[in-house]
Amino acid sequence: MKKLSLVLGAALLASTAIMGVAKAADELTIVSWGGAYSESQRKAFFEPYNAAGNKITETEYSGEYAKIKAMVEANAVTWDVVDVDTATGLQGCAEGTLETIDWAKLGLDKTKFIGGDVMDCAVPNIVYGTVFAYDTSKLATGPTVMTDFYDLAKFPGKRGMWKNPDVNMEWALIADGVPAADVYKVLGTPEGLDRAFKKLDTIKSEIVWWEAGAQAPQLLADGQVVMTTAWNGRIQSAIDKDKKPFKIVWDYQGLDWDWWAIVKGGPKIEEAYRFITYASQPAAMAEQTKYIAYGPANTEAIPNVEAATVPNLPTAPENMKTALMIDPQFWADNKDQIRERFNAWLAK
Amino acid sequence: MRIPVAAVADAVSNDVMRAADGTPLKIKLRQAERKQRRRAMLLVAPLFLFIVVTFLLPIGIMLRNAVYDPDIKNNLPRTVAAISTWDGLEVPGEEAFAALAADFKAAQASKTAALIGKRLNFEIPTLKSKVVATARQIAKVEQGPWKEAIVAVDPIWGQRGTWLAIRNSAPVITGYYVLSVLDLKRSDEGGVERVPEDRRIYVNILGRTMGISLLVTLVTLVLGYPVAYMLATLPQRTASLLMIFVLLPFWTSLLVRTTAWTILLQDGGIFAQMMSITGLTWLLNILGVLDGEPLLNKSRFATVLAMTHIQLPFTLLPIYSVMKTISPTYMRAAKSLGATPGYAFRKVYMPQTLPGVAAGCLLTFILCLGYYITPALVGGPRDNMIAGFIDSAMNSEGNWGKASALGLMLLIATMILYYVYNRLIGIDKMKLG
Repeated sequence: MKKLSLVLGAALLASTAIMGVAKAADELTIVSWGGAYSESQRKAFFEPYNAAGNKITETEYSGEYAKIKAMVEANAVTWDVVDVDTATGLQGCAEGTLETIDWAKLGLDKTKFIGGDVMDCAVPNIVYGTVFAYDTSKLATGPTVMTDFYDLAKFPGKRGMWKNPDVNMEWALIADGVPAADVYKVLGTPEGLDRAFKKLDTIKSEIVWWEAGAQAPQLLADGQVVMTTAWNGRIQSAIDKDKKPFKIVWDYQGLDWDWWAIVKGGPKIEEAYRFITYASQPAAMAEQTKYIAYGPANTEAIPNVEAATVPNLPTAPENMKTALMIDPQFWADNKDQIRERFNAWLAK
Repeated sequence: MRIPVAAVADAVSNDVMRAADGTPLKIKLRQAERKQRRRAMLLVAPLFLFIVVTFLLPIGIMLRNAVYDPDIKNNLPRTVAAISTWDGLEVPGEEAFAALAADFKAAQASKTAALIGKRLNFEIPTLKSKVVATARQIAKVEQGPWKEAIVAVDPIWGQRGTWLAIRNSAPVITGYYVLSVLDLKRSDEGGVERVPEDRRIYVNILGRTMGISLLVTLVTLVLGYPVAYMLATLPQRTASLLMIFVLLPFWTSLLVRTTAWTILLQDGGIFAQMMSITGLTWLLNILGVLDGEPLLNKSRFATVLAMTHIQLPFTLLPIYSVMKTISPTYMRAAKSLGATPGYAFRKVYMPQTLPGVAAGCLLTFILCLGYYITPALVGGPRDNMIAGFIDSAMNSEGNWGKASALGLMLLIATMILYYVYNRLIGIDKMKLG
């Protein structure tokens, strides 16, 4: 009998916990990518916004678009604002799972934003670079150009890579000698895709795959890899905050955006607009660069960025020399079939 | 108590037994039984409803999703109607293009062009972007002729194959997803053919899932059987104490145990150091099994090791509880009749433990088939099992039809195994204790 009442008590507790979660849906729920990136948003946006009397609930995801789609289809939207990547923004826009942004309502000038006109359903917040990095304490003379990533003779050892075709495919082609300007033209053909996979094959046995952004600096710190691809801000955070002896190679960095998007049919659309307006102000965006080295998408924020931070941003002229602009339309059109092939290739 | 003579006479005359109030006993009994059955049903009802809602219904929906795909029919209704009588030989005429234009305009307004594109993309890669682009352009065109207008946007609409793709994907009940998880597809001629080499993946994955599950089952049996025997034959107090060692990990969260393995097995971690200290690394290098330092993490070895660790109690406990019921007198009798200990064990003891072995192995094997977290954490991309691919179809590809079809394949494979098992061993012989 005692056992039974224990079980009942536990069940009761559990059910109140669930009800508690259900109540939390009344707050503004903001979903982002976790790790150092969420941390920077917390410090620059969420905490001051909460201090002004609002209540933000943070949630993490790894860019699973299906979660957004499932919510919209089930008519049970619990995420209000989501930090999406470009492909997700475009897909959500095309499939009607994200709200069309009314810039007038935001009170912002679209033309002041880098990439403000790329899509209708999201507001750009940062520009980030996919780069690769190494540990200077392990490699005295480290890699300097992107092709070094594929050079197993010069730099033997494991390489960390994002378990996704994005940027990996582009780099494989560039490393194989395709001029950066022609990358998407080549990648769009079946032969080009074969070529990219063939190049990836040359280092396949040495690749350690990472899935969440925070894993990349971790792999490097643990010495599991000699170099890893990563989002530049994650590496910079490890250098600045954890005093890691990492170095970023900017050659052919893949430039892309992150965006604020509003999930369609959510109960908090107005609040979501207010938050995005707040988080897009030049001062707030400049504040974020103190915590993570991503370029603010609002060009008006750039003069407010601390001088010491500027060279670490992907948008710094020094880092932009060979930068590759990731083609959002290409990935929106081809991601499905390339990913399917990529998954098949991974499993072999 | 005296029974009224009349009643007895009546009963005898009708040849029916009656209760005290005169109703026939048969009816009375049926009433009583019915009442009991109703009460039993009320007791079972909550569980039954629970199973229906949380188990049967989701499985039903999953099975439906694997073959049900109304996207094209819902979003291209006019086009589907217009080509319903098309012979498939030549590109259809203006009427079909007008229908397509009307559908595209509607799709552009309701933002469903991407859904159409996504489905057609399965038939012809690259169609996705073309559908979206064409819908966007056509929405701006006011007037026909539509064939010219649409082909002008993209010549692909003037090709017979594109229209075949629309026709192929129009039926609400589709075999596409089930075929795709068997690495098959419909050919243009209407038959079934294998997909190109570089896209074949799922048959291989199913084989791998079965292979890993079988290996883990065998290893747990080899490791678990002697332990179960020891536990069953030791004095109760010692056995209870030792049982704790079996049960403690059993009570620990699967995630915790898997994560612990990733730490133990990491490069230069405890496991690798132990191998190097004991000279195992050196020995394996000499034997040519290994080249340099062992890479344990993210490997098939780690997957099987961690899964074995987690599954061991599932195999061991049913065997143990069956062994507990076997009286030691059988073995004594066999030995007194002149059997050697080994012979007696093989001929007398082991056959009696088989129901437990069967139960434990079936339990472990079927649980292994659905493993997801462990291969994802300690295995590499070549060790991912079918559940991992269901996850990636669900979450990263957003292809729920494929996810459902993979689930269906796993369900069928499990049911076939269960059937074979039932035929070979008999499910009634299974004993959990």
